[in-house]
Amino acid sequence: MAATLPANPLEQNTSMERTAPQGRPPERRVVAPWADALFAVLTQGAAWLTLALLAGIIASLVIGAAPAIEKFGLGFLWSRDWDPVQENFGGLVMIYGTLMTSFIALLIAVPVSFGIALFLTELSPGWLKRPLGIAIELLAAVPSIVYGMWGLLVFGPILATYVQQPLQGLFGNTPILGALFTGPPVGIGLLSAGIILAIMIIPYIAAVMRDVFEVTPAMLKESAYALGSTTWEVVWRVVLPFTKTGVVGAVMLGLGRALGETMAVTFVIGNFNQLNSLSLFEAANSITSALANEFAEAGEGLHQASLIYLGLVLFFITFVVLSLSKLLLSQLKKGEGSRA
Amino acid sequence: MTTAAARRLAMHNKRKRTNLMALTLSLLAMSFGLVWLVWILFETVRLGIGGLAWSVFTEMTPPPQAEIGGLANAIFGSVVMVSLATALGTPIGILAGVYLAEYGQKGWLGSLTRFINDILLSAPSIVIGLFIYAVVVARLKSFSGFAGVLALALIVIPVVIRTTENMLALIPNALREAAYALGTPKWKVIYSVTLKAARAGVVTGVLLALARISGETAPLLFTALSNQFWTSDLSQPMASLPVTIFKFAMSPYENWQKLAWAGVFLITLGVLALNILARVLFRNKH
Repeated sequence: MAATLPANPLEQNTSMERTAPQGRPPERRVVAPWADALFAVLTQGAAWLTLALLAGIIASLVIGAAPAIEKFGLGFLWSRDWDPVQENFGGLVMIYGTLMTSFIALLIAVPVSFGIALFLTELSPGWLKRPLGIAIELLAAVPSIVYGMWGLLVFGPILATYVQQPLQGLFGNTPILGALFTGPPVGIGLLSAGIILAIMIIPYIAAVMRDVFEVTPAMLKESAYALGSTTWEVVWRVVLPFTKTGVVGAVMLGLGRALGETMAVTFVIGNFNQLNSLSLFEAANSITSALANEFAEAGEGLHQASLIYLGLVLFFITFVVLSLSKLLLSQLKKGEGSRA
Repeated sequence: MTTAAARRLAMHNKRKRTNLMALTLSLLAMSFGLVWLVWILFETVRLGIGGLAWSVFTEMTPPPQAEIGGLANAIFGSVVMVSLATALGTPIGILAGVYLAEYGQKGWLGSLTRFINDILLSAPSIVIGLFIYAVVVARLKSFSGFAGVLALALIVIPVVIRTTENMLALIPNALREAAYALGTPKWKVIYSVTLKAARAGVVTGVLLALARISGETAPLLFTALSNQFWTSDLSQPMASLPVTIFKFAMSPYENWQKLAWAGVFLITLGVLALNILARVLFRNKH
């Protein structure tokens, strides 16, 4: 090898007189010396704008809700009146609807997403991982209005015929359980909304869980396998404990989505302010659907302010949930760094 | 066989059974997820194609129970508002993304913006509508297409920020250092080296943002409202495909529902096509 290399030019030079370099140094062309500063200011300004956006949203909600906050105070949160004529407002019905539908959604979505993430990381053959992952991500891309319309016109009737009516037949006379299934068999209400929300958030939770599972070092898993663990034991006793903060973060992210989802819920929840029956099949209302249905028509004044108050409550809840999710997920990333 | 061995064998079988059950459930979960996708797409295509006719693209939104009618004004309104919102939100998003990736990786402003941006990314879109209502609609005392554009642009920004930052972070530092070594000023390095290298990723982000706002309904409900007629005046209430679908689908009229299905078909097709395009584009470059 060395023989084919040309002789070192430095060695040649030592035997010669040092000559002046040929040519001139390039002139330093400074085009627009302010460009650098301007660009830095512009990008920083854009970052500030994002912060201002959040501040603006919170400020405008608080200002808009001020009349209602003054009049009803925190009692708004547990009063179930909603009477635009008497101008007496309370948000309990909507808050209950929002929390209940999200709870049902999580109940369904969490185990299913876990199964999907498990399948994608441990079971699926390599060539199938990508197409399946994309299919699940496409499920997340379908606009919520499509879910809503499908839920109202296709899924709702099927749910009423094949789930609600048999349940009513089975438990109709059982005192407590029966109360959960009363209502006209039209397939709208809390349960339909919860199921549709579940379908919508499964892709989010599953995608994050999959990414989180993949963080687990292969060596940990391989060690467990080498000790004779089954796939399930590896996932349950090694992967899950290692990634638990991330998994909770993923669930919180899904919860944040479910709480704030508007259109899909508005289509199927029935938009009826009642809390007299606990039935999962009775028309109900949620914060987002109340806003979607009433806000454009609400006159300025207390009605509008109360709706904005609801929006503020929603924003506060989702803000807390999403912050928690973000903190948990970033903690996993930090932990990963220190272990590596 | 000794009892200890028998116990171990039983234990072994139990573990194997648990494993088999868990894996079966996982397989079921996977199919559960896919079934919905297939079912929703199937119904959308089946009912959507039934409602699709040439008049959908040429006629205005009809009154209830009219013989003819289409979605022309709604499609036009959607295209106008979505493209303007993308044009407005993209530069801001890219600039902020550049800040996060190239200037503020460590500082407090960078981390705070990153945190807030992730929250805005998942914040309820109807709250964005409330915000624009308070800032624009209530001030000008009128619903307008312009307010709709602003609301959608606010949804574009976080999506673009996130992807731009992620894509720039993938660019190796050697590229930046090489450019600095040649005496290139920082803005030029970012503009003609890093952003250029990350172009496919950034475009992917813009396409995803476009797909996201094409289907957004909630932020338009009380900003752009809706309009029965054709208008290209942005200071007037403006029809959009999602809001029209919402109105038509919730109605009892058959001709409206049919048009709503046609609209849902068009939106789903558009959004999925954008998503697939974004993925193909990204994969070809990376």
